[in-house]
Amino acid sequence: MSSMNAELSVNKQASPVPVKSSLWKLSVRRLLKNKLAISGLIVVVFMFALCFIGPLFSPYTDNKIHMAMMNKAPSLKHWLGTDALGRDVLTRLMQAGRISLTVGLASMLLSLFIGLLLGAIAGYYRGIVDQVIMRVADLLLTIPGLPLLFIFGALLSEWKVPTDYRMYMVMLMLSMINWPGLARMVRGQMLSLREREFMQAAVVLGLRDRRKLFNHLLPNLVPLLIVIATLNIGGAILSESVLSFFGLGVMPPTATWGNMIDAANNMIDFQERPWLWVPPGLSIFATVIAINLFGDGLRDVLDPKQKR
Amino acid sequence: MSTYLAKRLVYMVIILFAASLLIFCLYALTPGDFISGNIKLTPERKAELREIYGLNKPVLERYAVWMKNAFHGDLGFSLSQQKPVLTLFNQYIWNSFLLAVVSTFFTWLIAVIIGVIAAYKQYSWFDTLVMVAIFAAMSLPSFFIGLFLIKILAVDWKWLPPGGMLTTGSNATGLAYVKEVVHHMTLPVIVMTLLGVGSLTRYFRSNMIDVIKQDYIRTARAKGMKERKVLFTHALRNALLPAITLVGFELPALFGGSLIIEQIFNWPGIGQLYMQSFSLRDYPLLMGFTMLIAVLTVIGTLISDILYRVADPRVRL
Repeated sequence: MSSMNAELSVNKQASPVPVKSSLWKLSVRRLLKNKLAISGLIVVVFMFALCFIGPLFSPYTDNKIHMAMMNKAPSLKHWLGTDALGRDVLTRLMQAGRISLTVGLASMLLSLFIGLLLGAIAGYYRGIVDQVIMRVADLLLTIPGLPLLFIFGALLSEWKVPTDYRMYMVMLMLSMINWPGLARMVRGQMLSLREREFMQAAVVLGLRDRRKLFNHLLPNLVPLLIVIATLNIGGAILSESVLSFFGLGVMPPTATWGNMIDAANNMIDFQERPWLWVPPGLSIFATVIAINLFGDGLRDVLDPKQKR
Repeated sequence: MSTYLAKRLVYMVIILFAASLLIFCLYALTPGDFISGNIKLTPERKAELREIYGLNKPVLERYAVWMKNAFHGDLGFSLSQQKPVLTLFNQYIWNSFLLAVVSTFFTWLIAVIIGVIAAYKQYSWFDTLVMVAIFAAMSLPSFFIGLFLIKILAVDWKWLPPGGMLTTGSNATGLAYVKEVVHHMTLPVIVMTLLGVGSLTRYFRSNMIDVIKQDYIRTARAKGMKERKVLFTHALRNALLPAITLVGFELPALFGGSLIIEQIFNWPGIGQLYMQSFSLRDYPLLMGFTMLIAVLTVIGTLISDILYRVADPRVRL
C-alpha cells in the first residue's frame, strides 16, 4: 500500500498548482457519477434538514404535557402518534435528531483533532514523544471500548452532571475511545511521507518545522482524513445511541434517537406502541447507512488505492 | 522471530498491567459500591461488611491485593452472587461461546459465498445489490435490530421465543433440551450474523476481486481449465488465505460474549452477567470480565500477526 501511496503523492507533487484545483473538480465529477454515494448524500442532507428545519414547522414544539393526548396511535394530526406524556413523536424525533447528529459530528471532529494532532506529532518528531503517545494509544486500545464507555457513563451519573451538559460529556467520551485508532493511522502515514523525496527537498531548502508540517505533510493527509472522518460519523452516531439506550449517555428530558428507543424497555410500549421506538431506530439506520455509502464513494474518489 | 516474540510478550505484559491498573482505578472511582446500594442494611452493618470485603482500604492497596490473587489464578469473589468469579465465568462463558461460535460459522460461510459471487460478477446488478446489503448490515444499530426482530418474529408472528435459553420452568433433557436451546438461539444467532456479515463479505469480495485480476488466473483460463475450477481451486484459495489473520481478531468475540445482544435477548452468557453486575457495582466480577476481554484482545492481535507471517512468508516480524 505504501508504494501505491508513493505513486499517488508523487503525482500530486509533480503537478503544477493550476492542475491541483482541477484534480478536485475531477474528483467531484467522479463522485457525481457514483449513484449510491449521491443517494447517500441526499439522504444525509434530508435528515439534517428534517432535524434542524423541520421542528420550525411543527405546532408541537413546546413539549408540554397533554393529558388528553396520551399514547395516541399515528393519525393525521400526529403523524407518528404521541408518547406517554402526550407529546408529538415526530417533533421529538426531529429534536432528538438534532442532538444525535450534533453529537456524531462533534465527537468525530474532536477525535479527528486529537488523533491528527497526536498522530502527526508522534510521526513527525518520533523518539520519546512518539513512544509516549503511542503507548497511551495502545493502552486505550487494549481496554475494551464498551465497558470503558459504560464506566464513563456511570461516572457522569454519579457526579450528577446536569442533563444539559451530558451531551458534551458524551462527545468527549466518544472521542476518548476513537482518537487512538486515528492517531495510529496518521502516524503511519506521516512516517512514510517524511521519507519521500519532496520532504528531503523541504529539508534541503531549510524550511521551518511548521511550514514542513502544515504546507507539505498535512495536505497529503487530507484525502484520507476526509474519508475516515465521514465514516467515523456513522460509528459515533451508533455508539451514542447504544449509550443513550442503556441510560448512560444523553438522558431525558433531552431526547436523542438512542434514548427514545428506551421506550422498548417498557413491555406494553414495546408490544403495543411501536410508533414510540421504531421511528428513531429507523432514523439511526437510515442516517448511518447514508453516511457510510457517501463515505465509501468519497473513498473511491479520493483514496482509490486504499484497501477496503 | 524469537527476539521479536520475546519483546512482544514483554510489551504485552506491561500493557496489560497498565490497563488493569487503569481499569481498577476507574471502577474504584465510580462512587457507590455493592454495599451502599443495599437499603436494608444499617450503617453499622455496612461499615462491618466494608471491613470484611476490604472496601474501606485505599485503592492502590486493593489493587495490589487483587493483582496478587489474580496471579495465583484467583479473580476474587463475586459480591452479588457469593461465588468465585472464575466459577461464574466457567458457568456462563460456554453459553456465550455457543452463541458466538454458531453465528461466526454462519457469518463466514455466508460472507465467503456471497463475496466470491459478487466479486466474480463485479458491477452486475447482483453485485450492486450485495454492496447495498453490505452497507445496510454495517449500519445496523445492534440493539434496535434485536428489538425489532423480537417484536416481529417473536411477539407478532410467534415463530420464535423472544429470549432466554430455555422456556421458563422447562426441565427438558437429552434431545428435547438440545431442540429447545436451538429454538431459543435462532433469533440471537440471526442478529449476530447480520451484524457481522457486512464487513466480512466486503473483505472477501475485495480480496477476490484482487485475486481474479492476477496473471496466474489468466494463465489457468488460457490453459482451458473449467471456469468453476479456476474460481474455486485457484482463486478462492488465494483469496481466503489472508483471512486467517482475522481469526485472531475473532478471539475476544468468541469468548467475551456480546454485551448488547445477550442483554437484549436475555441470554445467560458472560456479557449479560457483566451487564447485571454493572449496576450492582460488583467490582470483582466487572474487573475480571474487563481484564478477560483485554487479555483476549492482546493475545488475539498477537495470533493475527503471527498468522500474517504464516500466510505471507515475505512479511518479516
